[in-house]
Amino acid sequence: MTGKTLYEKIWDQHVVRDNGDGTALLYIDRQLVHEVTSPQAFEGLRLAGRKLWRVDANLATPDHNVPTTNRSQGIEGIEDPVARLQVETLDKNCSEFGITEFKMDDIRQGIVHVIGPEQGATLPGMTVVCGDSHTSTHGAFGALAHGIGTSEVEHVMATQCLIQAKSKTMLVSVNGKVNTGITAKDIVLAVIGEIGTAGGTGYAIEFGGEAIRTLSMEGRMTVCNMAIEAGARAGMIAVDQKTIDYVEGRPYAPKADTWDQAVAAWNDLRSDADAKFDTVVNIDAESIKPQVTWGTSPEMVVSIDSQVPDPANEKDDVKREGMIAALSYMGLTANTPMNEIKVDKVFIGSCTNSRIEDMRAAAEIAKGRKVASNIKLALVVPGSGLIKQQAEKEGLDKIFIEAGFEWREPGCSMCLAMNADRLEPQERCASTSNRNFEGRQGQGGRTHLVSPAMAAAAAIKGHFVDVNEL
Amino acid sequence: MEKFTNLKAIVAPMDRPNVDTDAIIPKQFLKSIKRSGFGPNLFDEWRYLDQGEPGMDNSGRPLNEEFVLNQSRYQGAKILIARENFGCGSSREHAPWALLDYGFQVIIAPSFADIFFSNSFKNGILLIKLDANIIDELFNDVAVNEGYELNVDLEKQTITKADGTTISFEIDEFRKHRLLNGLDDIGLTMQHVDDIKTYEQRRSAEAPWLFK
Ligand code: SF4
Repeated sequence: MTGKTLYEKIWDQHVVRDNGDGTALLYIDRQLVHEVTSPQAFEGLRLAGRKLWRVDANLATPDHNVPTTNRSQGIEGIEDPVARLQVETLDKNCSEFGITEFKMDDIRQGIVHVIGPEQGATLPGMTVVCGDSHTSTHGAFGALAHGIGTSEVEHVMATQCLIQAKSKTMLVSVNGKVNTGITAKDIVLAVIGEIGTAGGTGYAIEFGGEAIRTLSMEGRMTVCNMAIEAGARAGMIAVDQKTIDYVEGRPYAPKADTWDQAVAAWNDLRSDADAKFDTVVNIDAESIKPQVTWGTSPEMVVSIDSQVPDPANEKDDVKREGMIAALSYMGLTANTPMNEIKVDKVFIGSCTNSRIEDMRAAAEIAKGRKVASNIKLALVVPGSGLIKQQAEKEGLDKIFIEAGFEWREPGCSMCLAMNADRLEPQERCASTSNRNFEGRQGQGGRTHLVSPAMAAAAAIKGHFVDVNEL
Repeated sequence: MEKFTNLKAIVAPMDRPNVDTDAIIPKQFLKSIKRSGFGPNLFDEWRYLDQGEPGMDNSGRPLNEEFVLNQSRYQGAKILIARENFGCGSSREHAPWALLDYGFQVIIAPSFADIFFSNSFKNGILLIKLDANIIDELFNDVAVNEGYELNVDLEKQTITKADGTTISFEIDEFRKHRLLNGLDDIGLTMQHVDDIKTYEQRRSAEAPWLFK
């Protein structure tokens, strides 16, 4: 018998029943809830007179709509009445259904994908879902985690299960060591550049190889976070000692006797040596340079030392048209060196890059330097209240403020600009978030995805630059 | 969920790859706590010349005449043909809600993003995957024939053109069954409550830390 992949192991442990039609009823251990994709699910439960199957499996926090300034007034501080109603609705629903919620004024509030791991609410071997595509983040813990739509949120609330068809499996192996200055973000952008935004469609991707193993848990979360940008619902990484050390002692992590029992079980959460993947992609870590996207899809990415690509060199008609449209939206000319592109705003934050390690990496670049005069706004938005607190303990806030960055309250912020933080039409942004889609950070806004260090460097220089040249 | 059996309707083309859910329904409309009313804001940034905000009266907004869905020949379209990776990006179910509210019941493309794919079926939208070269032909057909219609039959799994030629398509058996009968997933799963309880008993003995 051949061995199993990590995905198959977790899948098998969660099958409640085989529906006999190509789907299974899959048990869900954890559901994270936020204000945007849950109101219609709660409403559905209410209309059908249904209760939550397991209240304790749910954990909620508002993140998408919350302001990053002016937290002192709580919900009253949300100026937009429509957004305020959504946050109020979450509070109301959580208290009605008995769900634990880290409200806006709670130090534990933050972006769902940051607080799950931070609280130990994301554990190895779990199935984790959330009405948000970046739920893939939690796969960094050797969990099977993916985003779901609102109908499925309601389904999990009512039954603790999902109807799922098994995914195909893909191993993305990043072999060897990365060079200095290369971060998890550069790795994952390079992977997406290689396999394309639809390359992972229908797959659960397991990331492996030396370059992945040497990443911190924060870095692994960054990589798994963007699995969805490669089209894969789930990204995952095998459990090792780093995973276990990260989880130990966190509020929701198992304690005492169950801890040892859990660790023993988690040690098996890796693909067997003879496991077979449907697809294997090998990437040479040493060839990865700092990455910058140039277009309106995360696969439109190049190294900082190269130029904006020329559509004339693209043979595929549909792709060429897409490139021309992207260049026109982005206001870029083919063959412009990437390091000559000036930016207007800088955003350091989002569930991709707002953890303490990201804050430190950006602060290291900002330290003793000043934000360039052409930068209208450079925002640093920590992923949770606890990260903010930790960063302040380390004095990072002062470094940022002295350099001319703004230091904000936790939330999604300019990642999708549902609150007041946004780009104006045609403004160009160096952003550590995960999507450079048209209008994502504000209508007409132009987003370039980069690592936190690269974003900080762009703020200092006023244009993109290789961090290693600073 | 409404049943879906067959549909004969006008076809509209969306000729670009990687149409993402941010484009289908921009984020400001996600602040709504309702499930309905998203149709007027479908493709909002492409469709109108001004910036759309929730609660606006959309009837008076300046239209982008260039945008395909604003052209008179595509009014009343219920079938959309699209390119690779349609619906990529966020998990927002507001995207299929908006498409359906606008009137689209069938979307035909070479490939769809995973989450969008399952979200659409859960709302009664039929997504059909066809080879890129067949889709190319459809784009050509639509371009040269005003009022171009297709007849989609889910039971038979066929698309019939006006000239009588048919294209057959694949669909997962379980999705077909649910769509044809308008079945609600929660109701179906609720029939297996005992299985869920049995699983929980076994699993909580094996992995007690998951059930605290
Ligand atoms: S930070 Fe951005 S990508 Fe992450 S959950 Fe928030 S809006 Fe979504």
